[in-house]
Amino acid sequence: MAQDNTTRVSSASTLDSKSPSGPMAERWSKHKFDLKLVNPANRRKFEILVVGTGLAGASAAATLAEMGYNVKAFCIHDSPRRAHSIAAQGGINAAKNYKNDGDSVHRLFYDTVKGGDYRSRESNVHRLAEVSLQIIDQCVAQGVPFAREYGGLLDNRSFGGAQVARTFYARGQTGQQLLLGAYSALNRMIRAGRVKMLTRREMLDLVVIDGVARGIITRNLTTGEVERHAGHAVLLCTGGYGNVFYLSTNAKNSNVTAAWRAHRRGAYFANPCYTQIHPTCIPRSGDYQSKLTLMSESLRNDGRVWVPRKPHDERAPAQIPDAERYYFLEERYPSFGNLVPRDVASRNAKSVCDEGQGVGPSGEAVYLDFRDAIQRDSKTAVQSRYGNLFEMYERITGDDPYQTPMRIYPAVHYTMGGLWVDYNLESTIPGLFVLGEANFSDHGANRLGASALMQGLADGYFVVPATVASHLAGRALPPVDTTHPAFQAIEADARGRLQMLLAVNGSRTVDDFHRVLGRTMWDKCGMARNAAGLKSALTDIQELRASFWQDVKVIGDPNTINQDLEKAGRVADFMEFAELKVRDALERDESCGGHFREEHQTEEGEAKRDDEHFAHVAAWEYRGEGQAEVRHQEPLTFEEVKLTTRSYK
Amino acid sequence: MSGNSPHGAMNITLDLWRQKGPGAPGHFETHRVEANEHMSFLEMLDVLNERLVREGHDPVAFDHDCREGICGSCALTLDGKPHGPRARTTVCQLHMREYTDGAHIRVEPFRALSFPVVKDLAVDRSAFDRIQQAGGYVSVNTGAAPDANALPIRKESADDAFDAAACIGCGACVAACPNASAMLFTAAKVSQFALLPQGQPERRERVIAMVEQMDHEGFGNCTNHHECEAACPKAISVTNIARMNREYMRAMLLETPQAETAG
Repeated sequence: MAQDNTTRVSSASTLDSKSPSGPMAERWSKHKFDLKLVNPANRRKFEILVVGTGLAGASAAATLAEMGYNVKAFCIHDSPRRAHSIAAQGGINAAKNYKNDGDSVHRLFYDTVKGGDYRSRESNVHRLAEVSLQIIDQCVAQGVPFAREYGGLLDNRSFGGAQVARTFYARGQTGQQLLLGAYSALNRMIRAGRVKMLTRREMLDLVVIDGVARGIITRNLTTGEVERHAGHAVLLCTGGYGNVFYLSTNAKNSNVTAAWRAHRRGAYFANPCYTQIHPTCIPRSGDYQSKLTLMSESLRNDGRVWVPRKPHDERAPAQIPDAERYYFLEERYPSFGNLVPRDVASRNAKSVCDEGQGVGPSGEAVYLDFRDAIQRDSKTAVQSRYGNLFEMYERITGDDPYQTPMRIYPAVHYTMGGLWVDYNLESTIPGLFVLGEANFSDHGANRLGASALMQGLADGYFVVPATVASHLAGRALPPVDTTHPAFQAIEADARGRLQMLLAVNGSRTVDDFHRVLGRTMWDKCGMARNAAGLKSALTDIQELRASFWQDVKVIGDPNTINQDLEKAGRVADFMEFAELKVRDALERDESCGGHFREEHQTEEGEAKRDDEHFAHVAAWEYRGEGQAEVRHQEPLTFEEVKLTTRSYK
Repeated sequence: MSGNSPHGAMNITLDLWRQKGPGAPGHFETHRVEANEHMSFLEMLDVLNERLVREGHDPVAFDHDCREGICGSCALTLDGKPHGPRARTTVCQLHMREYTDGAHIRVEPFRALSFPVVKDLAVDRSAFDRIQQAGGYVSVNTGAAPDANALPIRKESADDAFDAAACIGCGACVAACPNASAMLFTAAKVSQFALLPQGQPERRERVIAMVEQMDHEGFGNCTNHHECEAACPKAISVTNIARMNREYMRAMLLETPQAETAG
């Protein structure tokens, strides 16, 4: 299964984003007017398959059903309420300007393009900023209990270094409350018989007939049954690929399989090298570590980040006098200090740990210290701001952060890359739409805080319900049912893969392989990358994959609930995806946002873009087993936001 | 690192519930695990499962996902307590330092007639979804919403609604209740909407439909043991049950049922 190491770069073939023309602020309105419509009476003739029911999927499924389409929705959990959107803590941005502090659609648009380090599509980002207004209205109408002021109006806070207060929040559980809002809308449509909800189902493959996405193959995770589902459009809302690193803040079941299988059927994969690393996570405590937990970055408002100046200093933090503490963010970035953006904070933490100044048993952690905030503002004041986070930290580590500094380390948190989509959120396979974190979308090379929830709900509530009509009304879609030979063939493929996994019967567990893959990705394609490391990662991955197929041990029966087999399928796909990710990182010979190539940095150690050669989206085309993937480009043009270099000094 | 020994090795004995599928007979199986005080309880089960796979045995099935106490997937009863010994903590956030070296722990699924076992420690909680489908929503189509600040809501009401809305739907309340009642779960959603102006138009129909569905699913009634609140990882208060009872009485007695006038 090894691929050759040459990458053919096709610069001649460019992708059509279908971005509308004309003034930026009018594009979405104009586009909606230009889109074809499906008559309300005809909508019930269409069946739409929605895979994944997190924020993007649940909101899309509910809205399409309200409009009159027939919807079949699928989730891998026992209930749609458990999707990982639920874990988002901080908040959701919207350009409401309720604080009268100068916010506007244009400012949110501007901040998002700039924050993404000029690697996103301006038209999409502007639409996202416009739609942000309606999202808040919709969620409030559903009864989402956002934080309020004493006058009864909605409260906002500033988040992630934004200079305006545009973040709406529900304590530290905004993702939960927004997901439960979308879940309630979905439930209403399930009750009305307009959505058929299939839980504990995993998509194993996509069925493409005459070049159009017409169905999916799923496995019923309770009975093991492999099933066929036909429809007129398929919406993938299956999240990101952060678990390719094994350890991440993603949920354990988050995976790339649906997106990767669609990629193998013809959907281009865009910018897989873009990964966001979050600086404030609880460090790992041992080899058995199964996932990492994020601590809200609001902690950096009052916590001071430091390490001992002396490498390998074994003293307890309280024993280290101030003169021997290295407040490295404050020293290196005097104007932003501890509040530098996520990627800058993360890389600096790694660099001091690489110098041997890291703390804790693994040496892979830095202190986040509240001593001075407690002295300045009192313990009660700190408790009122961060009480729940301190409690969570204590629960996991056993340490009391009021007494001893927290230990934090960066962790993989979000993936900006994903399946390539045009302005309609349609992939390169007609009829296959991709929403939320699963698409490459609107965040460029770096996502701003409180923007993931906004994008998931924008795609599901407002964008796809409008754009899917262009496909349904614009293309001849002959009747197809699950007896079509394509269903038979693709189902046989999927069954074959399950059998292959069970047949290896080697000696190493699936998790064992996943951990090794994750370590390779973290070391060589993580926070900082270089050509030599990436090239060696390609070899490592190919060898690991070969070893997986010779030596993995998967237990049990495919015809029943089999969690080991589920994991094995996902890890097998991660191992194929990992190679593409590394290849993309190697090919993008510049630094931008979360993609930091050590060869390309300013004297201050900041990411150095190469706009002349890399102001484009890289979209990869699968060409078959053992064939090198082809790299296509979508050029990015910046009409509204001038290309500048970030500086946080 | 105060209190954290770098070692902290522990020997743990588990009596684990094994059951091949719904309706199949189940039994306890005893396993010894070399754990570590920094592990979460589920990481300790991961260690056991990897060993079982290496030895060619079927690993223990259990539901889990976020492992940070918010998705509500994990659902283990430890020594008779749903989510184990630590208050306001899901079992995924429970760490082995809560136990002493040599501990012997009985691990069971959430037990309730309305939560049939899927396999081993995984149960079917779809009854909860059906209760929500019966009325746990405000009927507002996408696009039909007025400006978010057009409807001021008292901060106290919004905060109380949030406290009720924080339910993660894990089912510990049912597993802890001697009657396997789902009153706390149902009341949390009824309360959230009863406390908010958005919930008023459907207030009556909602409580009736959700309570009917709850009964239909076979959950028992509340007899005020309040075990549910004690087991709830999100500390949802039993005052929500009192509120739901008032809502239900009001709906049944004080207002003209619209269904009758509609024939």
